[in-house]
Amino acid sequence: MIQRPDPTFHASPKLAIEAAPEKFAYTLLLSGDFTKPDALAIVDVDPSSSQYGKIVHTVTMPNKGDEFHHFGWNACSSALSPLSGHAFIERRYLIIPGLRSSRIYVIDTKPHPTQAKIHKIIEPEEIFHKTGYSRPHTVHCGPDGIYVSTLGGAGPDGTEGPPGIFILDCETFDVLGRWEIDRGPQLLHYDFWWNLPRDYMVSSEWGLPPQFENGIVPEDLLANKYGHHVHFWNLRARRNVQTIDLGAQHQMALEVRPAHDPAREYGFLGVVVDTTNLEGSIWTWWRDGSEFRIEKTATIPAEPADPELLPSLLKGFGAVPPLVTDIDLSLDDKFLYVACWGTGELRQYDVTEPRKPKLVGSVHAGGIARRTPRPDGSHFAGGPQMLEISRDGKRVYVTNSLYSTWDDQFYPGGVPGSLAIVNVNPAGGIAFDKAFRVEIPEGYRTHQVRLEGGDCSTDSFCYSSA
Amino acid sequence: MTDGLNIGLWLAVIASGIYHGVNPGMGWPLAVAAGLMERRQSALLAALAPLAGGHFLAMAVILLPFGMLTALQYWNHEIRIVAALIVICIGVLLFVYRRHPRVLARIPPSQIGLWSFAIAIAHGAGLMLVPMYLGLCTTKPSTILDHDAAMSIVTNNLGLAVLVSAAHALAMIGAGGVVAWLTYRYFGLQVLSKAWINLDTVWAGSLIAVGLVAVAGSF
Repeated sequence: MIQRPDPTFHASPKLAIEAAPEKFAYTLLLSGDFTKPDALAIVDVDPSSSQYGKIVHTVTMPNKGDEFHHFGWNACSSALSPLSGHAFIERRYLIIPGLRSSRIYVIDTKPHPTQAKIHKIIEPEEIFHKTGYSRPHTVHCGPDGIYVSTLGGAGPDGTEGPPGIFILDCETFDVLGRWEIDRGPQLLHYDFWWNLPRDYMVSSEWGLPPQFENGIVPEDLLANKYGHHVHFWNLRARRNVQTIDLGAQHQMALEVRPAHDPAREYGFLGVVVDTTNLEGSIWTWWRDGSEFRIEKTATIPAEPADPELLPSLLKGFGAVPPLVTDIDLSLDDKFLYVACWGTGELRQYDVTEPRKPKLVGSVHAGGIARRTPRPDGSHFAGGPQMLEISRDGKRVYVTNSLYSTWDDQFYPGGVPGSLAIVNVNPAGGIAFDKAFRVEIPEGYRTHQVRLEGGDCSTDSFCYSSA
Repeated sequence: MTDGLNIGLWLAVIASGIYHGVNPGMGWPLAVAAGLMERRQSALLAALAPLAGGHFLAMAVILLPFGMLTALQYWNHEIRIVAALIVICIGVLLFVYRRHPRVLARIPPSQIGLWSFAIAIAHGAGLMLVPMYLGLCTTKPSTILDHDAAMSIVTNNLGLAVLVSAAHALAMIGAGGVVAWLTYRYFGLQVLSKAWINLDTVWAGSLIAVGLVAVAGSF
């Protein structure tokens, strides 16, 4: 029986920032052509270790074609919620959904990350049967279990009924059922996050499985048929309380990043592409009394490019869209990092004034037309895509694959996996770490990274740092 | 019944209040969270009121039915034994059944009073007081009472139930309030993850112990 809260649970973001830095990075490896089983790589990221920058352990799954994407923990700092009354659970299991297979793997990371192993496999049928949802995606540990968002509804192509969120028991990993009581006008899903003490959730929209599984559907994009709404929910009542249309040209509203300090009632949302001019955008939402508001607070323009350098999808445009596919907010709520996967750029915005993001840092790597090499001159395939910031805010972990079939459309030359570290100047400014270089096994791409002991997109805090 | 025993029972009522109060599971971290969210001490103090109110109601709602039962003068001895056995059984149940009810997670954070009531009920906090309360109740087992006399005893005992609940809740919020204030003002939030000890076993054990003492004392 557990007698003390897990030492990696922190009451406030400030305590998490002050905690010891991560020593291991859990990195998802996916087989882009589905010829190999997907895997979880455990990378040593302790600079004082002789194994620094090496994959020290790999958990290979027993199935092929799962398509790993996002993942999360069974428990995080939210366990210290004053409402839980019971903080005695371990941050121990990684919950890894297969976005394509709808299978979920529960990986036990104890007694040591280098001995991680499969603890349980939740087969797709259990999820279909108990929830009517498919294509599980974002994982957050919530007040009454593990919340998992899905991109598909029921039926073989996931279009029978809207996708939503379901709940997993955080100890037995039984699928408990659907979360929503009243979804209002919500018909699409992607990411979600919340402010636990203020009792609201925010969710976003990508598209239905036929719109992404076999690649981006250009006709749907040009007809503005991908998601462009943001939904606000009463968390405990499980009701949609407000839906805001960003405007149909703002296609694919993806990552939701609320301020980590629960006293701050605002957050950010990244929009992949504006179909009128190919720009990407950052939006800031905030609560204004009983209403939520959102406005576009930063834009990133498309870059003109020689059509010779462009894949067939983009040749007609003669330009590269930045494709804002991931954003991540440092634990002190100061810096917002924005991945421009198309143009091959990682941007750092100072968001001390949340509605006036200020561009203070930028590095280039890869890119559809730019094709910027690494600092050491070697090839960086794809572009900066998934981001994870260390708790202390000093390092940003960057991977380069978006999604198997989309990689192939935007980067037909292939996207062999990368995991890089970008070092952060506390005053603003970022630069690639030249010493850190991981050899990703042949045939694998990389997607989300989770850090030992929590990171900037897993933990939800119930106390203000004040 | 001697005064000494009465003083002992009242002390037990207060002591159990302090015990409930310092237990983070009974809500003092909510007051700390409120103070930090609003960045002012008065928000912490304001959160203590619904915590105390919810706890008081959870005690009263358990004690009052036992107060009604004191009208059954001939069965007084049996009532005490059965009550003590119930307390022991709940203790054993809590010992064996370690899962925490998910329904508590559905209470919105704005409903601190309701939360405090529900969490105390769910943990059988009120039951811990039952043997002490019955010990304090007026009883006249040797005489046959008419209806009016019986009613006056019941009225007295119902009043006593309110008094015991209030004394317990005051001790609870006094102790919890001090811990919350010290955490807010001096110790800092790291206290939460460092000093929060799993009291599940101790709590279940306390219920069993209180019940056993009551059974032993009734002979």
